[in-house]
Amino acid sequence: MIGYILRRFGAAVLVLFAISVLVFLIFFATPGVDPAARIAGKNADPATLAQVRASFGFDRPLPVQYVLMMKHLFVSHDLTSFVNRGTLVIPQIIDAVPVTLSLVVGAAVIWMVLGVGMGTLAGAMRGTLVDPLVMLLGVFGVSLPVYWLGEVVNLITQKQLHGSVFSWVPPLGYAPLSQGVGQWALHLLFPWLTLALLYAGIYARLLRGELINALNEDYVRTARAKGLSERRILIRHALRCSLIPIVSLFGLDFGALVGGAALLTEVVFGLPGVGKLTYQALQNLDLPVIMGTVLYAAFFVVLANAVVDVLYARLDPRVRRA
Amino acid sequence: MTAAVETVAPRAARPSAGPWRQALRRLARNRSAMIAAAGLVLIVLACALAPVYAGSIAHTDPFTSNASGTAVVNGARVPVLAQSTEGLGLGVTPIGPTWNPGSFFLGADNQGRDVMARLLYGGRNSLMIGLSSAALCCVLATLLGVLAGYFGGWIDAVLSRFFDVIWAFPVYLLAICLSVVLLTSGLHVGPIHIDAGSLALPVVIIALIYVPYVARPLRGQVIALRNKEFLHAAVGLGASDLRIMRREVLPNVLPTVVVFLPLMTALNMLTESALSFLSVGVQSPDASWGTIINDGLALLYTRPAITIAAGLCVGLTAVALNVLGDGVRDALDPNARLRGGA
Repeated sequence: MIGYILRRFGAAVLVLFAISVLVFLIFFATPGVDPAARIAGKNADPATLAQVRASFGFDRPLPVQYVLMMKHLFVSHDLTSFVNRGTLVIPQIIDAVPVTLSLVVGAAVIWMVLGVGMGTLAGAMRGTLVDPLVMLLGVFGVSLPVYWLGEVVNLITQKQLHGSVFSWVPPLGYAPLSQGVGQWALHLLFPWLTLALLYAGIYARLLRGELINALNEDYVRTARAKGLSERRILIRHALRCSLIPIVSLFGLDFGALVGGAALLTEVVFGLPGVGKLTYQALQNLDLPVIMGTVLYAAFFVVLANAVVDVLYARLDPRVRRA
Repeated sequence: MTAAVETVAPRAARPSAGPWRQALRRLARNRSAMIAAAGLVLIVLACALAPVYAGSIAHTDPFTSNASGTAVVNGARVPVLAQSTEGLGLGVTPIGPTWNPGSFFLGADNQGRDVMARLLYGGRNSLMIGLSSAALCCVLATLLGVLAGYFGGWIDAVLSRFFDVIWAFPVYLLAICLSVVLLTSGLHVGPIHIDAGSLALPVVIIALIYVPYVARPLRGQVIALRNKEFLHAAVGLGASDLRIMRREVLPNVLPTVVVFLPLMTALNMLTESALSFLSVGVQSPDASWGTIINDGLALLYTRPAITIAAGLCVGLTAVALNVLGDGVRDALDPNARLRGGA
């Protein structure tokens, strides 16, 4: 197991390196515009351009430029935004991380509970009303844009019904944990639910399919023949195997969420997380910030995938030998 | 067990029907997939007729600012953009839905443009980008997946590592990186020249980021095929690699590609709308459903119809594509049905 963990994290480091090279090449080596002009932002003056060229070593070979860039990002932490002059990028990102993690972790807990709950129910109660409901939610889960759903939720809770049913909903924004867990959770409640609803549908639908397959397997028949209760068969035998693909999907989705869907949700709900930072940087093409947030998010994604693979190996010992 | 009888029976009745024709028949019997297909045809038709709507019914140009325009509501002539009465009275509030198809059916956006006409034109772009990027993605993925799976060795090693890196890279972030860079300079690689504002740019970007999602399963299939007897037979007959790939391998993986197509179209359309929402997709003055949702964001509390209508268009089209895609998968892969899967 330890050997597997080491190998898996070694691979993760390699992937991170590859991603950083890819990002570097996209920003610095795509033909077209002078990279210094890109970094300096729109309508930069010649002095700024010269400063950017010197600081990123654009007159030197590409590998040197790569090392300089990584040094700015990870060693000296002094990558500066040229659009918002003098703002240091890395501290900005570090300040935004707790907001993004609060959003994603909370939503993940809700959607796993909801998704596994509904999926098990639908698998166990085939042919009842739960079944089509889960299927429908599953289709919506892969079809509705999450940021749009967030806007509709905002419209209802902040405007249309804010005078009556939803008068307890706080204005959009984030309340740090220092203001108390209650305020923190209250501000994040609807962002959590919005994100979780779509994912819960996808997971419930997948789990339902897996469970139905598992319930047709021989080992379930054996368990029935042994005289085990239906409930025990469902939970201890069928569900356990069916959860394996769910866990591996969770790793991918959790990572993708930090890097994408959470970005959109943060923008819609006005949460000042890493996604919002990326969004603002996109609005004024603030390249150093975009580069920083992309590499940060990639780090989390790769880490999450590695952790999930390790958990997976724990659940299913066959994986360790692959 | 009844499902097995169902799928075998038509084969016995009409022995001449090929696998594609059989799949088509199975698809035609799937009621929800047919409803979804009909819905899609309606949506595509409506969007295709956008110039007719804008020119002959609403008499409006949805791409130019119309700040001083007027419209007739309940017999009275009112300005399209009214000075805001709330707060300091600095902003403008566009006219809301008139529910009159002849003018401003869904109201106007903050530049006084007819939202309904923009919705139809935007739909053309959203659908076009979704479909053509899915097609491009599937073609590239088939090419790379078949090459990697068939040849193995260093070709497979290089391509697979490439897929791994793209796979590990969060799709939206990769798309954002590519878009930010290419939107300012355009894409100029060898003989390919795409201008900065071109709609082909989001098509290429979205197609590229999803290549591993399709190529990886295809590669796996090709590796499994490589050990099949009919492939050894083709090698024994002296067929060239190209011929084997084209005549033996490709027909066997094509059903999988076809299954991917509608699902990828839905996914790509959603990606396009998200990128456009983040302002790195379709660029003004062109519209797409994503840009219209973005336009509506500032007007969400005063004129929610803009956002709601555009979002419903994206959502319903994606639902239809996904339901149709599930139907296509069931039709082409009867085994999935036998196992009673989702």
